[in-house]
Amino acid sequence: MSTPTLQRRPLVKMILAGADDNLLVIAGLGSPNWDITNAGDRPLNMPLWGGMGAPVPMGLGLAIAQPTKRVLVITGDGDMLMSLSSLATVAAQQPDNLAICVLDNEKFGETGNQATATSPRNNGPTDSGAGTDLSVVARGCGIADSALVRAESEVAQLVSDLRKKKGPVFRVVKVMVEKLDFIMPPQDGALLKDRFRAALLGSA
Amino acid sequence: MNVATTVDWRDQIFEVFQDHDIKQVYHVPDAGHSRLIEACQKSNSIRTLALTTEEEALGLAAGAWLGGQRSATLMQSSGVGNTINLMGLTKTLRFPFLALITMRGDYGEFNSWQYPMGQRTPKVLEAMGVQLYSVDEAREVKATVDAATRAAFNGGQAVAVLLRQKLIGIKDFGKKTA
Repeated sequence: MSTPTLQRRPLVKMILAGADDNLLVIAGLGSPNWDITNAGDRPLNMPLWGGMGAPVPMGLGLAIAQPTKRVLVITGDGDMLMSLSSLATVAAQQPDNLAICVLDNEKFGETGNQATATSPRNNGPTDSGAGTDLSVVARGCGIADSALVRAESEVAQLVSDLRKKKGPVFRVVKVMVEKLDFIMPPQDGALLKDRFRAALLGSA
Repeated sequence: MNVATTVDWRDQIFEVFQDHDIKQVYHVPDAGHSRLIEACQKSNSIRTLALTTEEEALGLAAGAWLGGQRSATLMQSSGVGNTINLMGLTKTLRFPFLALITMRGDYGEFNSWQYPMGQRTPKVLEAMGVQLYSVDEAREVKATVDAATRAAFNGGQAVAVLLRQKLIGIKDFGKKTA
């Protein structure tokens, strides 16, 4: 396997470019939260500061509640590994407005870049992954439209698929391990929830 | 326990769901809830989701509420432990959460493996700040679930209704003891 070359911040900016009121975004804790905030904080972003394992179920509940909106879950490999079985729940429901994008740097970034299971197995005895391919896991769970993205040449198609293609769409993007600034949204969960509902539903 | 009575309270819960505009119902397979689950599955106004683990219900309920829909979660006390970590979301985001919990390890339970979680279910839910309602008589079910639903969606609380094993009846599970 080649070392990932895609950088998460410009990638997420492209994914979210021109986001309007029809795009509802949920981001997993840690780097994906900072990534979507770096692309521009907005009320229809729900960036999590905790709740590891929650983004995919949250995206599913939201996608069912708002079938005319596009729901995009952006999260990391660590978070996705914690809620693998929720992919079967998504597959059972087949929400056509839900896209899930896993930014896979093969590391637990917030705790010091320890290997996740998506890292190769041969990294050594103390920091070895399992070579888990999340795109295969998703397909195995019943999400037929699942793919792994590595190359810059695939990014335009990736963005289009995440924003427009009939769901459920599942994409794993291999991204570089980078040390990046924390670009933080408001931390108050109730505020994030209330501003999201106000923007989506009117007076919440 | 009278069979007609047990049938009746399950249908009454479904009526409460309809009265309060519950749109999403989450469940794991459960003999105690099976009649209610089937009623929800057949309903045109309710989307029913079978979960792989009870933990998913917290994310789903948060997402449904973000999108303007009310949900209810059906589970056994055996699965309550699976929800505890993400139960914290209900406090941090302050969103309504309604769970109906059929109790095991509670009253005349035959399976010793059910007791550790069943006996501690009220304590761990309370520790996470979930308000508890408890029912052990069929005639109290409708009013209790109605009150709990109001507390959740009008009062913005995380609420669990414990449907006690005395209410459900051990025979209703239809399980062998071996």
